[in-house]
Amino acid sequence: MSSVRVLVGTRKGAFVLSADGKRDRWDVSGPHFAGWEIYHMKGSPADPYRLYASQSTGWFGQLIQRSNDGGQSWEPVGNKFAYDGAPGTHQWYDGTPHPWEFKRVWHLEPSLTDPDTVYAGVEDAALFRSTDGATTWEELPGLREHGTGSSWQPGAGGLCLHTIILDPSNPERMFIAISAAGAFRTDDGAKTWKPINHGLHSQHIPDPDAEVGHCVHHVAMHGARPEVLYMQKHWDVMRSDNAGDSWQEVSGNLPTDFGFAIDVHAHEPETIYVVPIKSDSEHFPPDGKLRVYRSRAGGNEWEALTKGLPQRDCYVNVLRDAMAIDTLDSCGIYFGTTGGQVYASPDAGENWAPIVRDLPGVLSVEVQTLP
Amino acid sequence: MILVVLPAHLRTLAQVNGDVQLEIQGRATQRAVLDALESRYPMLRGTIRDQVTLERRPFLRFFACEEDLSFASPDAPLPDPVASGKEPFFIIGAIAGG
Repeated sequence: MSSVRVLVGTRKGAFVLSADGKRDRWDVSGPHFAGWEIYHMKGSPADPYRLYASQSTGWFGQLIQRSNDGGQSWEPVGNKFAYDGAPGTHQWYDGTPHPWEFKRVWHLEPSLTDPDTVYAGVEDAALFRSTDGATTWEELPGLREHGTGSSWQPGAGGLCLHTIILDPSNPERMFIAISAAGAFRTDDGAKTWKPINHGLHSQHIPDPDAEVGHCVHHVAMHGARPEVLYMQKHWDVMRSDNAGDSWQEVSGNLPTDFGFAIDVHAHEPETIYVVPIKSDSEHFPPDGKLRVYRSRAGGNEWEALTKGLPQRDCYVNVLRDAMAIDTLDSCGIYFGTTGGQVYASPDAGENWAPIVRDLPGVLSVEVQTLP
Repeated sequence: MILVVLPAHLRTLAQVNGDVQLEIQGRATQRAVLDALESRYPMLRGTIRDQVTLERRPFLRFFACEEDLSFASPDAPLPDPVASGKEPFFIIGAIAGG
């Protein structure tokens, strides 16, 4: 019988939540790396027992942990993230030049085909790759040096490369997103990059339609249609049908178009999920009601999914990497909150129940579907 | 022999119980102690000093003999009681968070 393994990164450690395909009884393992921030943890699509975790604190810096047994045991591996050459400057919050400084790894994206190859999105924004199981890392400098890097400015969370999407139909194509620079695409295996922000409109920058400077919160893709991208921007939910060459707003009837997380149904490429958040200052759901919104039309027409979710006095946030979707026939949706709850729906969002209620604030959620 | 006291998180990471005893070849300095520490426990690389610049991480301090040695040159000799193993070399994580 199939099973699922949910990988949860929190502000004070990592947790592994396991269940069979019914997804109604859960085994909770953790905290792993207690006391450390786990920004992200993800398994290799090529070897589900190979996991990678980003572990950091302000005191002791960045570590990378690797597991070869599905998270039962871990070993620290390479954590030297050195920019290629003299990295120069980007813009600081006040508009002055600021030297590029490595701070942490926000996102780890294992290769679709090789368990030993993994990409890391870091703050200050850059893309790194390891081809030896995270033992050593090299920057792929074409992104940072493509031409607009000196104008990138951090969002409130820092100048972070938080989204990495590998195109399953084209190993040379990859998408990344940076707050607050925007989305970028390579078509030649990360040698060269171009901004893909045409159609984004952001009032908080001097030119709302600028080539870069947009605060992209997250981007999602369905593997069967890699040319279609969905984006939750700081404000606005967006859609591209041409691999990011242009974007259209699909916020439609959402109660607010602010939010962080966005994801796509495993079997229905036009079915997408967001968690609307009231505003960029309050960072909690409208009216104290935690609602996942689903569109079965690829945007514009949205329905609230509430059954089993708190509909009063709820003031948590759902961060950009804290939603995930399994690939079982009855597609499971998972998300974690800053209040420490991890919710699961085994039926594509119709019904929800908490797996755990009292973890530290959740930074990231990933799920593996196991045979 | 030099005695090094690690913060709790780094003891867990290095899988050591209690203090660490290091043999140093040549003059005992901060750099020599940290080089020896990282050589024996490679998982500590980057957690005490930056791997590229080799600068002490900002929320860590080095104490010994009731003195703050954090801003001393990494190549300055450590106090004799530290070099002889009579007094430990403390690596301290800042008390922060309110």
